[in-house]
Amino acid sequence: MNIFRKAEFLLKITRSQGIARRYFVVNGFDGALTMLGMILGFQFSTSAPLSITINACLGAAIALAVSGVSSAYISELAERQRALAKLEKAMLEDLQESAHSEAARWVPMIIALVNGSAPLFFSLVILSPLLLTHAGVVLPISPLFLSIIFALIIIFLLGVFLGRIAGTSWVRSGLQTLLIAMTTSLLIFLFTGD
Amino acid sequence: MIAVKRVVLDVLKPHHPNALEFCQALSAVVEGSTVRVTVIGVDEKTESLEVSVEADVIDFDLLQAEINKMGGALHSIDEVEVKNESSP
Repeated sequence: MNIFRKAEFLLKITRSQGIARRYFVVNGFDGALTMLGMILGFQFSTSAPLSITINACLGAAIALAVSGVSSAYISELAERQRALAKLEKAMLEDLQESAHSEAARWVPMIIALVNGSAPLFFSLVILSPLLLTHAGVVLPISPLFLSIIFALIIIFLLGVFLGRIAGTSWVRSGLQTLLIAMTTSLLIFLFTGD
Repeated sequence: MIAVKRVVLDVLKPHHPNALEFCQALSAVVEGSTVRVTVIGVDEKTESLEVSVEADVIDFDLLQAEINKMGGALHSIDEVEVKNESSP
């Protein structure tokens, strides 16, 4: 059994696919919205050197990733161990050699990885115009502005993804998350700046 | 050689993996087997199964290891069919 099929099997027997999906969206949304907020903060401020913007945003992205990995691992490990203990009680059997015990060890790691990598991945995509400009690539428009557009697109796509999961209108769901991003932008505009 | 041809087992297992996945996993470890699973009782977290396995040769230890791996517990061996296949 290859590693992806095994991960799928372990998530399936613990009915954790929905949890992994939820963590992916929730923390991915956190990452995208945090990057949007930070970039807007820099956009509305006196122009800062690009390296400062990149370092501040990368620092936040790394912190979100570490926070995502550690918090999900600790909470999921406790949940899985509790579920295994309840199952062992129901079975009147030690399940240490079973796939359920393996799942109790591996599922928290899989979910932690999903929870941590989602904000990091989305943050890196949003920061890519800044990183490219810093590497010397000339972009047709301002890298900060392009990053803001990327952030809005990602937030809209996360809404679309949620809409498709729920089986409701993906346009409506995408527009809802976009509205949240626009409201956040408005609040940042009102409360920041020189 | 005394070959185990058929066994009927009483197994308790968690709801997941479900009966289909459980059946497929057992079939995968016994070559050329036909596996029938009948759910005979459902509890809050577990279900009781009657598992019937037929094959030319059943490696019972392998079968039991797979049952345990899937979180199941073998409660009893209810029927067995073996054949003495030693050459004359």
